[in-house]
Amino acid sequence: MDAVNGLDMSVGTGECFGLLGPNGAGKTTTIEILEGLLALTSGEVEVLGMKWGRSDDEIKQQIGISLQETKLSEKLTVLETLTLFRSFYREGLAPADAVGRVSLEEKLGARVGKLSGGQKQRLAVACALIGDPRLLFLDEPTTGLDPQSRRQLWEIIRQFKDAGRTVLLTTHYMDEAERLCDRVAVVDHGKIIAMGSPRELIASLGGEHVIDFGLMNSNGREPLPPSSLMDLPAVRSVREEAGFYSLAVTELHIALPALLDRLRQMNRDLADLTTRHASLEDVFVTLTGRHLREESPGS
Amino acid sequence: MSHPAAPKSSPRYSPIGQLTLARLREFFREPEAVFWVYGFPILMAILLGIAFRERPVDKIRVDVQEGPFASVAGAALAQAKKFEVQVFDESTCRTRLRTNKTDLVIVSTGESKPSFDYLYDPTRAESVLARREADEALQRAAGRQDAFAPQDREFKEPGGRYIDFLVPGLLGMSIMGGGLWGVGFVTVDMRIRKLLKRFLATPMKKTHFLGGIMLSRMCFLIPEVAILVVFAVIVFGVRIYGSLLSTTFLILLGATTFSGVGLLVASRAKTIEAVSGLMNLVMLPMWLLSGIFFSSSRYPDVAQPFIRALPLTALNDALRAVMTDGASIFTQVDRVLLLTVYAVVTFGTALKIFRWQ
Repeated sequence: MDAVNGLDMSVGTGECFGLLGPNGAGKTTTIEILEGLLALTSGEVEVLGMKWGRSDDEIKQQIGISLQETKLSEKLTVLETLTLFRSFYREGLAPADAVGRVSLEEKLGARVGKLSGGQKQRLAVACALIGDPRLLFLDEPTTGLDPQSRRQLWEIIRQFKDAGRTVLLTTHYMDEAERLCDRVAVVDHGKIIAMGSPRELIASLGGEHVIDFGLMNSNGREPLPPSSLMDLPAVRSVREEAGFYSLAVTELHIALPALLDRLRQMNRDLADLTTRHASLEDVFVTLTGRHLREESPGS
Repeated sequence: MSHPAAPKSSPRYSPIGQLTLARLREFFREPEAVFWVYGFPILMAILLGIAFRERPVDKIRVDVQEGPFASVAGAALAQAKKFEVQVFDESTCRTRLRTNKTDLVIVSTGESKPSFDYLYDPTRAESVLARREADEALQRAAGRQDAFAPQDREFKEPGGRYIDFLVPGLLGMSIMGGGLWGVGFVTVDMRIRKLLKRFLATPMKKTHFLGGIMLSRMCFLIPEVAILVVFAVIVFGVRIYGSLLSTTFLILLGATTFSGVGLLVASRAKTIEAVSGLMNLVMLPMWLLSGIFFSSSRYPDVAQPFIRALPLTALNDALRAVMTDGASIFTQVDRVLLLTVYAVVTFGTALKIFRWQ
């Protein structure tokens, strides 16, 4: 059984490329193959114009990696950890400089064990940056972090990209992919099911707005069949899930009054109504019928 | 906000030096580990101190079986002063001999004049000694004349005592234990924490990683060995007869060899439980066979080639030859060679089959 199969993609210099998919989709397997940590059973991988198995040291000198779960030595300080990692590279940043990139200056002398989750993750990224890489691999860099820590990491990644370097990251947060990535590959069950810029992918839904609504429970009346709303003007798709409806629409000011009229004719009462821009989450749900994460379909 | 121009290089750090430093820091910042590694040899030394404290020469334990001339034997032995004599009936005497409460039973056999038989265990050294001493005392009391009167002079130079035998064995044991536990645990722990995998993703050279583990092992060893040796020299007056340089060389060689064994044992293990089991499996035969607490020559001849092929036997024997017998290191070439072969083979194999993730 292959963890991933038939993945075909290329990442350009200076690009931030995201592998987006639910847990267990094969994102980590894919990124570890690219990092040279896992061997391919078949196919070809080229990193910075070089191939694993032939120029391993040269590739490793030029890439930076942050694994999904690495427990750095808790007893070492931030400076000691970075100096250790720095010693492995021919060229790279001074540890104090790397610490500046991730805004951990004031923690330079602190033990790793005393850092918060977000600070540890920033240190892990600093370890990835210490060799001054041309290409950065980040596996789930913000998983489990609080919103502020996530934003700090996004800023670090953006700065790296702005310097003309390339980033490949995996995530199951669609907002992260939308904000950071120039292009995204949506991965599910070890296959790429869609690829393009977040804007293109959202546009492929046919409507860039979404109307979410729910109906009052009207004494055991039949749920509304989604097809009964398909003929509304400017509506491109209708999705129903546990009594809640999501309509992808092109023009909100046309679709919304039409929807309200239709519900009034059908004598149905609204319980809840929101409108929003379509997201990569909608792309994923449309393609697979499932959510990226169980907990929050919106956010 | 954009990236500042990256300074392309910073002072070059030695990877092997950094890996060694990291290990040393991790260890010395863990107070519990420090206590167990350095507290243990001290504890052991104290226990030995209690066991080998100066004490008067033991009396020879002799039982006299109740009989017609039992009192004659008792009086003769009491006069010699080195015996501890007690009188019991036959069955009690036998039980006491069997349970090591006494070393000799004297049975009076004479009808009209005193004559005795000796009941003793010829495989027990104390028993044989008791028989000789008691016989001499009884014969003299019965009127035997010595051919000449010898003078007893005591020899107190250290070297032949049990503690002199024990110290090189304990050194070998702690070098083995330190190498296996020290290298094995740390390696598996780093594997569990995925730190090995993280290192593998850097251009770190694998030989540097192993070199760092080795070097840090040597650094930990210095105080470990020093505590034991200094204690033995000061408290027990153990003397190192051979050259200190040769002794140091053997200790370092042994540490290298057992680091290699530790690395090999830990090269595939994925859990602490697995590596602990493997380490005990490797160490147990050497604890028993390699002459730590008693000479390995006590095992039968057929087992000797196997016992001599164990690295701890080679280390213990070489340490004893140099430290106690004052032999030159050049007489130990075969043992040194064996340890070197073990070191090379275990490191080579470990490097080949090592599981980094």
